[in-house]
Amino acid sequence: MIRIFKAEWRKLRRPTLLIGTLGAVIFFSGLVSSLLFLLLDSPSGNGDRGVVITRETLSLAGGATKAFSSVGGLLGIVALCVFAAQTAQEYTYGTLRNILVRQPSRIKVLVGKFASMKAFAFLMVLVSAIVSIGVSFVLAGGKDVSTALWFSADGRLEIAKTFLNVTISVIGYGLFGMILGLLLRSPISSISIGVLWLLIIENIVGALKASSLNWLPGNQFSSIASGGSESVSYTHALTFGGAYVFVGLFIAVVLFVRRDVAN
Amino acid sequence: MQKLAISVTDLSKKYATGFALSHANFEVPLGSVCGFVGPNGAGKTTTIRMLLGLISPSSGTARILGESINDPEKYLPQVGAMIEGPAFYPALTGAENLRVLATLGGFPKERVDELLTKVGLADRGDSKYKTYSLGMKQRLGIAAALLPNPQLLILDEPTNGLDPEGIQEVRDLLRELANKGTTVFVSSHLLSELELISDYLVMLRKGEVVFAGPIQELFLKQQPVILAQGSKEEDLEKILAIAVADGHRGTIRSGVAHIEGPQEWAGVLNQKAFQAGIVLTQLSPQLPNLEETFFEMTGDKK
Repeated sequence: MIRIFKAEWRKLRRPTLLIGTLGAVIFFSGLVSSLLFLLLDSPSGNGDRGVVITRETLSLAGGATKAFSSVGGLLGIVALCVFAAQTAQEYTYGTLRNILVRQPSRIKVLVGKFASMKAFAFLMVLVSAIVSIGVSFVLAGGKDVSTALWFSADGRLEIAKTFLNVTISVIGYGLFGMILGLLLRSPISSISIGVLWLLIIENIVGALKASSLNWLPGNQFSSIASGGSESVSYTHALTFGGAYVFVGLFIAVVLFVRRDVAN
Repeated sequence: MQKLAISVTDLSKKYATGFALSHANFEVPLGSVCGFVGPNGAGKTTTIRMLLGLISPSSGTARILGESINDPEKYLPQVGAMIEGPAFYPALTGAENLRVLATLGGFPKERVDELLTKVGLADRGDSKYKTYSLGMKQRLGIAAALLPNPQLLILDEPTNGLDPEGIQEVRDLLRELANKGTTVFVSSHLLSELELISDYLVMLRKGEVVFAGPIQELFLKQQPVILAQGSKEEDLEKILAIAVADGHRGTIRSGVAHIEGPQEWAGVLNQKAFQAGIVLTQLSPQLPNLEETFFEMTGDKK
């Protein structure tokens, strides 16, 4: 399994993918953090979907991570694309047969690939955390936001909690992508269906019927990143999100293990 | 008892549309080069995929290097394979692609450079796979199959896209491997190439094994042909009449009489033609080659 992890990592660390993905992560993390502080006194809000996050809120122990937790959803979309592409491309390139000839245990192949992609997602979250908190810290002084509590014991705990939540959320999104990749066996189809569902369909359904936010999978993952939201509690999001991933993964794994590799 | 590299017993694969492989039985001895031939859709790739654990059989079984195909983990570390052409990651270099596979299989990294040199890609190892020509891709596929230093090498159409020089290199490489004790199981449409390198042959037609055994045994089953031509066009009919009178069948094709008969009868024909006043300008006994035998046995038209 370690060999599969390492082999997958060789593919993930190729410059175009690694630098491209981390570049996107740095850009979005910097952008969201900058907007949070630069639009601090804007009447149209400075947070996600026009939410107003005040100077006082930002000065609390959790202030350092406000921007970081808002980036969670975007990181999730990036993870979905990477996990889906890395999984489905084995079918489109025909490389799955090479992998299975070298490692016939399909469960080991899946676990090894997942572990490697999880490490990639962890790296993304880590870079995003550093950029978000760093940009927030730099901009806070200019906007009269106190950072005194940000790195106190409570502040460090908040950072750790948010980091964990964002990581769980991003891996949830990634697994959603991996499941789509295994089921659809095409990077383009799995990425487009995943992004379409998360960014468009869920938003439309959520806007038409607010109660649907309780069970829409994307909303569960983004609620985990922010430690719970107004519509969904953290525990509910974790339970429902986990259930979606478990059922999806079960179906995908059974298909992957039993399906003939005929391409 | 002869040790076997591959032993297939009553192996079948059935899809909704019918049998891709039906109750196949054949054996490939260790250290041999075995050609695996059949028209398109005969079931060759399906068989290879079953032998490599990629698809499960509907019934029957097979053993590779003494291990059941139900336990591919036991034999695949000793098997190298290229199935249905090369398949690699386009964004990675040739060397990087081999390193991915070497990491997967736990093979020494030094093998990568060694094999790139062996297949003539030493100077292009650092180029991205997507920039490779078809022949280069094929060479990389062969290098990947050789990574485990295999006891059994299974190759599906390894000469596709190669130029004549490349084909000869592959032929030499396969012979060299066989001389070192590697069993080679190779499917190809280049029957003349297979004839040159194979000791054994498995022939499929519409999912059924029509021949499996030593290649010489296959030729022995075929009737040799004597080609004869006279100095005048009308001599052909007379030559044919001599053959028929002696109990041999024959036809006239492309201005040459093709007579089924043993090599020794060529002398008799020569004598009888002389007595009939025919001056033979061609008289050549010919053993059937693999291509002719293939078309005859598979029922495909040349």
